Amino acid sequence: MSVRVGVVVFPGTNCEFDVQYAVEQLGGRVELLWHGEDSTKGVDAIVVPGGFAHGDYLRTGAIARFSPVMRAVGEYARSGGPVIGICNGFQVLCEAHLLPGALQKNAGLKFMCETVALRVETTSTALTNQARVGDVLRIPINHFEGNYVCDPRALAQLRAEDRVILRYVDNPNGSLDDIAGICNAEGNVVGLMPHPERASDVLLGSSDGVVLLKSLLAAATSRATLLV
Amino acid sequence: MPAFHAHVEVTHLPGIADPAGATVERALPALGYKNVAQVHIGKTIRLVVDAPDAESAREQVQEMCERLLANPVIEAYQVVIS
Repeated sequence: MSVRVGVVVFPGTNCEFDVQYAVEQLGGRVELLWHGEDSTKGVDAIVVPGGFAHGDYLRTGAIARFSPVMRAVGEYARSGGPVIGICNGFQVLCEAHLLPGALQKNAGLKFMCETVALRVETTSTALTNQARVGDVLRIPINHFEGNYVCDPRALAQLRAEDRVILRYVDNPNGSLDDIAGICNAEGNVVGLMPHPERASDVLLGSSDGVVLLKSLLAAATSRATLLV
Repeated sequence: MPAFHAHVEVTHLPGIADPAGATVERALPALGYKNVAQVHIGKTIRLVVDAPDAESAREQVQEMCERLLANPVIEAYQVVIS
């Protein structure tokens, strides 16, 4: 039986079908979760995909955080379910306080759309359990607000608890400590700015995102087995 | 209930980088303004709130700032009621 991955859709989300395609290529099934519904429909993992949820008005993710579905996603995350926020989804998870810190405008004030090199820093997470520490992955970024910031105490905690999961090899956006992705204390909630679904096939220029998506499906499988 | 005008100014917390302010700060000398420093860019939010008195209007707007209008992780805010 294939695992079911819930993909959250807000007005303005635009990467849901890319995530669906990539997940289905790897044998998973996808259930779209509309933002107005207060339910995670019993899925085995959740992806909050990229886009411009609620137009990014006020701040990225600021309005999305209050969508009914986010209450359900919060409960799901607290129950240990795998939750991955990609790009705008990472911004939403930070606004929802499921991850620490915030994403602000790129240091060079330029919208960046390019493939970058990322170093895997930890593997005990829902998105990196099939990777190896030190692996370098080539995955595209596509953002104006990807410059990760947090206060010094939060940064010290992220480092001490081994919660920086991916670092930019060559920092493109000014992110604190070259951070491209982080996780919560339990490792089940992950946020990252790069788009693994856009590096899911050699035809797209890179298939380095596959190891991350396979990690997600492995975490989903564990969750499904756990709940049987 | 009387209506109060609230003027909310949202700025970066001290120590949090302000890339937009830094860019403007670098641009101004090109126009001949070589005596400019500490440029910060924030945003202004104006709203009208019905409340029994100015103090409760202020409290309510401050709560709005904490919950939505500002992100206390990276932003500071100032509320002026008139």
